[in-house]
Amino acid sequence: MRRVRTAAAPYLLALPAWIWFGVFFVVPIAAMASVSLTTGNLLEGFQQTFSFSNYADAIGQYHTQMIRSLVYGGVATVIMLLLAYPMAYWIAFKGGRRKSMYLFLLLLPFFVSFVLRTISWGFLLADDGILFGPLKSAGLLPADFHVLATEFAVIGGLVYNFLPFMVLPIYVALERVDPRVIEAAYDLYASRWAAFRRVVLPLSLPGVFAGVLMTFVPATADPVNARVLGGTGNTMIGNIIQTEYLTNNDYPTASALSFTLMAVLLVGIFVYARSLGTENVLEAAAR
Amino acid sequence: MRGKLGDRLLHGYTWLIIAWLTAPILVMIMFGFNDKQSKSNTSWQGFTLRWYGELFADGSLTEALVSSLQIAVISTVLTTVVGTALGLALGRHRFRGRGVSNFLVFAAISTPELVMGASLLSLFVSGNTPRGTLTITIAHVLFSLSFVVVTVRARVVGLDPSMEEAARDLGAGPWTTFRLVTLPAIMPGVLAGALLAFALSVDDYVVTSFVNGSTLTFPLWIMGAVKVGIPPQVNVMGTLIFGIGVAIAIANAIASRRRA
Repeated sequence: MRRVRTAAAPYLLALPAWIWFGVFFVVPIAAMASVSLTTGNLLEGFQQTFSFSNYADAIGQYHTQMIRSLVYGGVATVIMLLLAYPMAYWIAFKGGRRKSMYLFLLLLPFFVSFVLRTISWGFLLADDGILFGPLKSAGLLPADFHVLATEFAVIGGLVYNFLPFMVLPIYVALERVDPRVIEAAYDLYASRWAAFRRVVLPLSLPGVFAGVLMTFVPATADPVNARVLGGTGNTMIGNIIQTEYLTNNDYPTASALSFTLMAVLLVGIFVYARSLGTENVLEAAAR
Repeated sequence: MRGKLGDRLLHGYTWLIIAWLTAPILVMIMFGFNDKQSKSNTSWQGFTLRWYGELFADGSLTEALVSSLQIAVISTVLTTVVGTALGLALGRHRFRGRGVSNFLVFAAISTPELVMGASLLSLFVSGNTPRGTLTITIAHVLFSLSFVVVTVRARVVGLDPSMEEAARDLGAGPWTTFRLVTLPAIMPGVLAGALLAFALSVDDYVVTSFVNGSTLTFPLWIMGAVKVGIPPQVNVMGTLIFGIGVAIAIANAIASRRRA
């Protein structure tokens, strides 16, 4: 009796989560795949016709936004990596007793809603706002100078919003580097640069990998920054999917686009993992 | 000597990034005090406390904030119970389906929010489910679940199993053992997971925008008002939420330092 109960325990504990993931995660992805192959409209209903042409039509119509999203997401990720690494390095090796204070300051933006943070950037960058207004009236900037509604504002917003997700994993990886390993490099007559490039940098790569994963995917699929900070020429795929689903009620096209986005991101992650020589994507990301 | 200079440069650089990260927060707080006359709230026109007095003047905004908090509380409770259970199972037991569970947890974290929202909408559309508070709560539990599982699992793995064995040897049943030994020991992980779930729920815009129907949450209300102009009350509410969140975080840090 006792043994039966013990054997059943993990299944009973896991069951509610399995139901939740099954009904609201696995089934919906399947439902989306199914909807992406239907034809019809909201009034007359959608029929399953296995029309793979939905994908061709959707990509044909919106490849510009798809490519733009990948470019914005990619550029933002590279900028984040360049900005984050020196900061993570300094906190990990020189932060001393104040490490947790620096990490707290880094996470401060998360106490403000994502949407509101992005809008505050809009305030800062507004054409007549507190930054450019005075500069323009002082004649330091031309009157028609603007940053809002350009790709600079959108990519800058993406970098701003996701930067902490790049700093943290790199910091964690660097924090685990044993200082004695670096000392050993110096003892073997390595220069500061050589010690960094051949010892510290390779040891921090799992953190870089996790950071890129945690920033590139959400940045590429984000609809908020393009909507708040961008103009009509900066629409990203996230905005298109939202509009197709919620405004146009064109569920087949929207589902096909969502599926394509997911596939592109998965392939991207896979290629990236391979190029880094990581055998197991899941394992590296879980670390 | 060069090393010292490099360190100082990096120190300054770190503070520069922190300043950049905090700038929009200061702007948000500042414009909650802006005595604006025109419709737009982008230029500074003088100091006022008016918006703090008229905090709940806009009924629909207040309603959105209240539904955000309601949804956050309910989904946090659900997520914490369901997630802690799976975290315990994964951290403590070897069983069939462990690998699948770990994969689902990872997949749910790494799926773009947009795809998660779109797929949930596909499900609700296929099943003719009316969208509203219920569907938002379902979605919020889904995207926070993995985070609770991960934090609880980490705590369970670090736990010494001999404590539970001792409780059992002293005649405690499984439920008593769980209540008096296991739960208190994993409590920090459970609380961290719950806080994370609450924060994710209050903050979410993307997933919610797909499954909300006509219900508005705080972030959705704000996004809806972006093109017509954000009323200063939004800044005030953001400032208050920020203040409360930071106060809780600091109190928590002080409390855990005292315990240590």
